Amino acid sequence: MDDSFVIANKNFNSRLIVGTGKYKNFEETAKAVTASGADIVTVAVRRVNISKKNEPLLMDYLDPKKITYLPNTAGCFTSEDALRTLRLAREIGGWRLVKLEVLGDKKTLYPNMIETIKSTATLVKEGFEVMVYCTDDPILSKKLEDAGACAIMPLAAPIGSGLGIQNKTNITLIKEQSSVPVIVDAGVGTASDATIAMELGCDGVLINTAIAEAKNPILMAESMKHAVIAGRKAYKSGRMKKRKYGSASSPEKNLIQ
Amino acid sequence: MNNLNVAKIQLNGDEFEINGGSNLNELLNKLKIEKNKVAIEVNGEIVENNRYSNLILNDNDKVEIVHFIGGG
Repeated sequence: MDDSFVIANKNFNSRLIVGTGKYKNFEETAKAVTASGADIVTVAVRRVNISKKNEPLLMDYLDPKKITYLPNTAGCFTSEDALRTLRLAREIGGWRLVKLEVLGDKKTLYPNMIETIKSTATLVKEGFEVMVYCTDDPILSKKLEDAGACAIMPLAAPIGSGLGIQNKTNITLIKEQSSVPVIVDAGVGTASDATIAMELGCDGVLINTAIAEAKNPILMAESMKHAVIAGRKAYKSGRMKKRKYGSASSPEKNLIQ
Repeated sequence: MNNLNVAKIQLNGDEFEINGGSNLNELLNKLKIEKNKVAIEVNGEIVENNRYSNLILNDNDKVEIVHFIGGG
């Protein structure tokens, strides 16, 4: 069964996107990414540490020729900062596919959707393919799609919270109305959360903290890989109807008397 | 007294001295940074890497060199 995952006209095998933050070291990052089976990893753009020469680089552990780097704007609270970050990211190696997030509040890390929508429109005009982190609000998600986003990425819960999907109804509404992929981003805590996102019909899931902060990140990465596959297959197979009362699984005729 | 043989720039937020007349390629060499792994902004403007050898750094230039690190 062909069930390819297409973002901005590019085919990907895995519907799991993983972040590369919060790991002990790059070695653990690389092992977790491999175990997750992800084709896309998010990366942040930061100043080079000038005082530390020959510092190990992420690129030495995760080859950007073999895995798709998705530069993000984590930590940006204004449209201006987000645009500057992604323009620099593009300059590093010609990356056009990017993840936009413009935060609105330091405590909840909730996105500022007004700045996010504005930034999306600007980036699209500049030729970027923009995957956008957003609130789980169907109206604002639609605005993002209208602004040219190539993927809508509603939060399940606040970034790094591990609370799981707080508003399944909204995620379903967003999926129903969107003609671009919908990827649950942020707030997944464990495998079942990822499976639920996929069972709701989402096209993918983006996970960082739930893997990086597990006691065994590599095992959790593998677990998330299976969780996403399981959820996708369950969604595609069409689940049974729920019943209020029991319905025997074995024939009730010809019982031994 | 300005020393003409030295340019004092602001590099990633800190003062940094380089030989006067250095270009961006020379700065990267001095820092032992591979040019295909970073992006550079000088005074708020991104510099494409084919322009590194033409861009001579002057006193008080604000230089930002960025790269990819782990992030979610």
